[in-house]
Order: sequence, then structure tokens, then C-alpha cells
Amino acid sequence: MDGVHDMGGMDGFGKVEAEQNEPPFHEPWEGRVLAMQRAMGYAGAWHIDHSRYAQERLPPVTYLSASYYQRWALAMEKNVLERGYATAEELKAGHAQTPGKALKRKLTTDVVSAGLTRSSFYRQQQGPALFKPGDRVRTKNIHPATHTRLPRYARDKVGVVELCHGCHMYPDSVAVDKGDNPQWLYTVVFEARELWGDDADPTIKISIDAFEPYLEKA
Amino acid sequence: MAGHDHDHDHHHDHDHGSELSETQLRVRALETVLSEKGYIDPTALDAIVEAYEKKIGPRNGAVVVARAWTDPEFKKALLADATKAVASMGHMSRVGDHLVAVENTPQRHNMVVCTLCSCYPWEVLGLPPVWYKSAPYRSRAVKDPRGVLADFGVSLPKETEIRVWDSTAETRFLVLPMRPAGTEGWSADRLADLVSRDSMIGTALAKTPGGAN
Repeated sequence: MDGVHDMGGMDGFGKVEAEQNEPPFHEPWEGRVLAMQRAMGYAGAWHIDHSRYAQERLPPVTYLSASYYQRWALAMEKNVLERGYATAEELKAGHAQTPGKALKRKLTTDVVSAGLTRSSFYRQQQGPALFKPGDRVRTKNIHPATHTRLPRYARDKVGVVELCHGCHMYPDSVAVDKGDNPQWLYTVVFEARELWGDDADPTIKISIDAFEPYLEKA
Repeated sequence: MAGHDHDHDHHHDHDHGSELSETQLRVRALETVLSEKGYIDPTALDAIVEAYEKKIGPRNGAVVVARAWTDPEFKKALLADATKAVASMGHMSRVGDHLVAVENTPQRHNMVVCTLCSCYPWEVLGLPPVWYKSAPYRSRAVKDPRGVLADFGVSLPKETEIRVWDSTAETRFLVLPMRPAGTEGWSADRLADLVSRDSMIGTALAKTPGGAN
């Protein structure tokens, strides 16, 4: 979706301000949010692309004004409600009123390290890769109303395939519960001038990781 | 850093005090409900928080970089398949798939961003800093990387190629910074102290032995 989360190339956000000696969490609740996200992910309650998509669907003003972990918390509430893991009344009351749904597993202290390991996104390939390193490709001019990982700034642009990362689950499909739908994944590199016009610095190149359905032969 | 509403953050002076406590209450309610429903175990959450506070940090990546600086075979393996190479270092066997290491050279400087969200190689660098997840970095890194580097006090020769890697899928990128001059004969352990988190994101160079930079 063409949301405010897709901010690559936007102007006006100001300087990058780095905090010296930044702590892992600024408030204890931030750690709880992160840990809950890990635990629910481990349990198979939803996928990382559901979390991303839930954040993208927050009202733009909320997305931009909430802190990072506030966004996570809001997205988590959304997934909990939309997927029927709890009701709005329960969240409001702060207590469960009925038992939970069955989940495939539960993150307990003995398997914490498994909960900290990112799962693999490789999936069985469905057919031969259409592209190989060195191929010139054009990203499609697509504007799906749902989750996609093709940023706006890199649509309808000509680049070169640099790496092939194998077949991965396809976020555009996973986020809308249409299955893994595995697709080949490539690093595609663009000249800054292709993305930002003739005035761009000729020494700059930008790459994205693009799933095969985003690409056509150039 | 929109809405980054903590009192340490002097660049934003919104008064979010009441909003913060509302967030605290909501998060507590969410945890209680999920726990009572049987989905999560709060003691496992404690362990996760503790791991991110104490164990998983940029030292992991620094050790990888220092080894690559001192062990040419390892460097070759790292650049060929970073997932495998990092997993081969026993204490970090928990690295997930899809890690790619990209090497800085005098000709080319690499910088990593996630414009769409906050993708970051957590296993080797720990939690991403707030600036990495902020709108200023996410919006500008792909369009004005030299300007972003200037925000970090880094100025590269005009002719150096800058390559920005936008982490738009599950591939995670680790920058292998250049080894600083004047470190000949240093042990990997000592070298690791020169490898800052930001140098592995590409918004800094490795520190120099004198402590400058």
C-alpha cells in the first residue's frame, strides 16, 4: 500500500539525530512489547509481514507520531483483535474472559534461544529463476492496496540484478493470508540518477531486494 | 524520530507524559490478557528482554569483523556466505538465515537502511538504535547518503562510490568496514574494540587506534 511507512526519498524529516550511549530500551514496557512480539511469533500467532502490514494500516498521523515500540504495540493489538486471539473488551478490561485459541507452540524459558533465532524464509522453489546476475530488469509500476515490499521510489525503474538469494516466502501474499507463494528474490541495483534524476550524484548506487513478481525484463 | 517521546530526547519537546502512562497501561493489559489466554509465558519474556539487554549486541558483529580482518580465509568465507561463516563461530550459532556481508574498500563505501520498516541484522548487531528506525534516516539514506554521512560527521572522498542497501526483504546486511591503518600485528580481540556498531551499518568508519573518529 502507498502509505507513509514507504518513506524512502521523502524530504522534510530533518537531520538524523543519533543518541549517545543509547540504552537497549528507554522504558521497561518497550522490552515487554518486543518480547511479546517474539513470543507470539514463536507461537505462530502471526507472521512478521502481518506485523508490518498492521503497522502500515495505522492512521498516517499515528504512524508518524507514535514511537517505534508504540507502533509495535498498536500493531500487536490489531493482530490480536483481527485474528481473534482476544476481544476488545478483554483488552480494555485487562483480563481474559474466555480461554485462548490453540496455538502451535508456546515460548517457555527452556526454549528462549529458539525464540531469539529468526526463522528461515527459504521455501521450495516453484520453477526456474527468470533472471540471473547481470540481467537488466525494470521494476513494475504497481500500486497494490495491500502489503508490498517494492518501495515507491523504485517502481518503474531500470536496474541490474546483482545477487540471487534463492526462493523466499512472498510477503505480498503472506500478509493477506494467501500462503507462502514462494518467489525468487534478487538484489537489484540502480544508479541514483535512474531513481532521482539527472542531478543525482553519479557515484551513488542504491539496491533493493526485489521478488521476481516485481520485475520484468528491460 | 517522530514521537520519540522520552525525556532524554531534547530535540522533541512534546509533552507526552500522560500518553506514556496510557501506553504503559495498555501494554500491561495486553500482556496480562495474552498470558491469561495461555499464549505467552511472562518469565520467558523476562529472559528475552534480558538477552537483548545483556547478550545480543554489536560486540557479536565486531568479533566477526575483527576475525575477517585477521583471517583471510574467514573473510573469503564471510563474503561468500555470511550466514554460514558466522554460524561457524560457535558462540554465535544462533544467527538466522539470510545474512550478507558487504565489504568497504577505498573505492566503495556501503551503507544499510530499511526504508519500509526497521530490518536490521539483530543477531550480530543487537537492537537497532532509534535513529536507524527514524523517519529522517529511512527517508534520506537512499536519496542523500552523503548528507546522512555528514550528519554522522563522516566525509568521504567525492569519487568514492557509495552503495546503499535497502533491506526490503529478509536478507540482512552487515558492513565489513575497512581495517584502520596503524593496527598491524594487533590481535583480533584488540581490533574488535575499534569496530563500532555504526561502522557495521555504514554510518561510521572503524575507529582509529588513537581514539579519534
